[in-house]
Amino acid sequence: MPVTPQRILDVEAVRADFPFLEELVDGRLFAFLDSAASAQKPRQVIDGLADFYRHSYANVHRGVYALADRATAGYEDARETVRAFLNAASEREIIFTRGTTEGINLVAYAWGLDNLGPGDVVVATDLDHHSNFVPWQYIAGRTGATFATIPVDDKGDLVLEELDRIAGLGRIKVVAAGWVSNALGTVNPVELLVAWAKEHGAISVIDAAQAAPHRAIDVQALGCDFLALSAHKLCGPTSVGALYGRAELLERMSPFQLGGHMIRQVRHDRTSWGELPAKFEAGTASIVEAVGFGLAIDYLQDIGLDAIEAHEHALLEYALERLPEVPGITLYGPPASRRAGVVAFNLGEIHPHDVAQVLGFEGVCIRAGHHCTQPLLRRLDLAATNRASFYLYTTRAEIDRLVDGLHLVSRKLG
Amino acid sequence: MSEFDQMYREVILDHYKSPRHHGALEPCDAQAEGQNPLCGDEVAISLRFAADGETIAEIGFSGRGCAISQAATSMLTELVIGKSASEVAQLPKETLLDEIGIPLTPARLKCAVLGLGVLKVALHRAKGTPLPKEWAGLGDLDLR
Repeated sequence: MPVTPQRILDVEAVRADFPFLEELVDGRLFAFLDSAASAQKPRQVIDGLADFYRHSYANVHRGVYALADRATAGYEDARETVRAFLNAASEREIIFTRGTTEGINLVAYAWGLDNLGPGDVVVATDLDHHSNFVPWQYIAGRTGATFATIPVDDKGDLVLEELDRIAGLGRIKVVAAGWVSNALGTVNPVELLVAWAKEHGAISVIDAAQAAPHRAIDVQALGCDFLALSAHKLCGPTSVGALYGRAELLERMSPFQLGGHMIRQVRHDRTSWGELPAKFEAGTASIVEAVGFGLAIDYLQDIGLDAIEAHEHALLEYALERLPEVPGITLYGPPASRRAGVVAFNLGEIHPHDVAQVLGFEGVCIRAGHHCTQPLLRRLDLAATNRASFYLYTTRAEIDRLVDGLHLVSRKLG
Repeated sequence: MSEFDQMYREVILDHYKSPRHHGALEPCDAQAEGQNPLCGDEVAISLRFAADGETIAEIGFSGRGCAISQAATSMLTELVIGKSASEVAQLPKETLLDEIGIPLTPARLKCAVLGLGVLKVALHRAKGTPLPKEWAGLGDLDLR
């Protein structure tokens, strides 16, 4: 169940921060219900990026002039912001990446290639986004380890009764799981999965791409070994994200990408690696994007993650109450109590592409397709679904427009 | 004309709701199936040649997908029946798009030409006809 917020979100005040909400399509505002794919940006982030380019831009870490110092300070301040956001013990445990996908690939390659082999089991889940499924399947294949997944039931909840059977497949070495399902909104019991990983001496890797925008995260309380997130889903820029990793593990791991900045000494016969986190940040970083990531976190924390979570939960309950009014609609996913602000549905036999296209003509933006979760959709015997998702700027009136739009689709194509 | 009426023209809705040559042919002389990885649309096409072994005498398709992909494939079956394998192998996608006659965004364009690609793969497998560049390599793939 969602937490009781300390603060109440004032949605009209929030909306005033988002310039995209001033854009009109045929004289109407967009009803943007696709934030699970990527969130819109507040002017605090947009203006902050431009300011940084204007006044503080240079490459980081190596320059000795004042401007380079300013850029480095901005980049490293952003790292501290991410550290505090996740409550990591040290900034050394925060690696800037290109996004969640790169964070998971980093662990899969850098930890997996050295530590996995025949007889080992890598566990993901059938709810996972391809970004937490394909890298593990691939690295398990490369190393001869077994790749296994925790199945889901018809409602889209993980079948935890299967854990014992999976444990019987071999030595459990990796437990990788999404916190919140992007396709159904299921909130997974990650605390339990982390504990299960520990019990078997496995590393735990949490894909927090869909969790971080909507709920407070404390990696020390959770006790996970790795956790990956993306900035663009939480109102920050694209092309930047972070990987939290326990320092003890990161120190022992081989590097992932090789090149500038990640080295200590380069000789013809050998190269030694830099300190954390530089060891995992080869090449010029997404400097300004990282600064924008920090600004986005500041913005969300000013509003309050608990207030955002409560706002979205109220919208979810409203949507689950209103959507069944549409004739022929089938809703997928768990009950609101175990679910984030995502609703997946189909409208009779009308293909989701057509539903989303016609809604698009009405200015209602939703996503249609497999949502990068083909194993899940195959399990539910679906080719594709429609997905509407909510964020801090979403209103009940936008959900009303979705419902009205679906009535229209049903009349035109049903 | 509204955006809806421009895209979902009457002829599109007609083919979508009453697809021509729907269903798989068994046995058949050529067959292939394909998917649009972006949206999961699926189309399978099977066909039989006339006694000359070259002219498409019968064709059938099945699949699940959006109105555009299914209507376009239905229209395609009408377009190619009676034509030779080599003629169809060279059929430019513009001919089909003219027939469909609706404005298509890049995303929907892939839906519209899915059936044509699958048909060319089926002919390539059965007759060795060349695949256009954008479908090169598909002939060797297991598209299921």
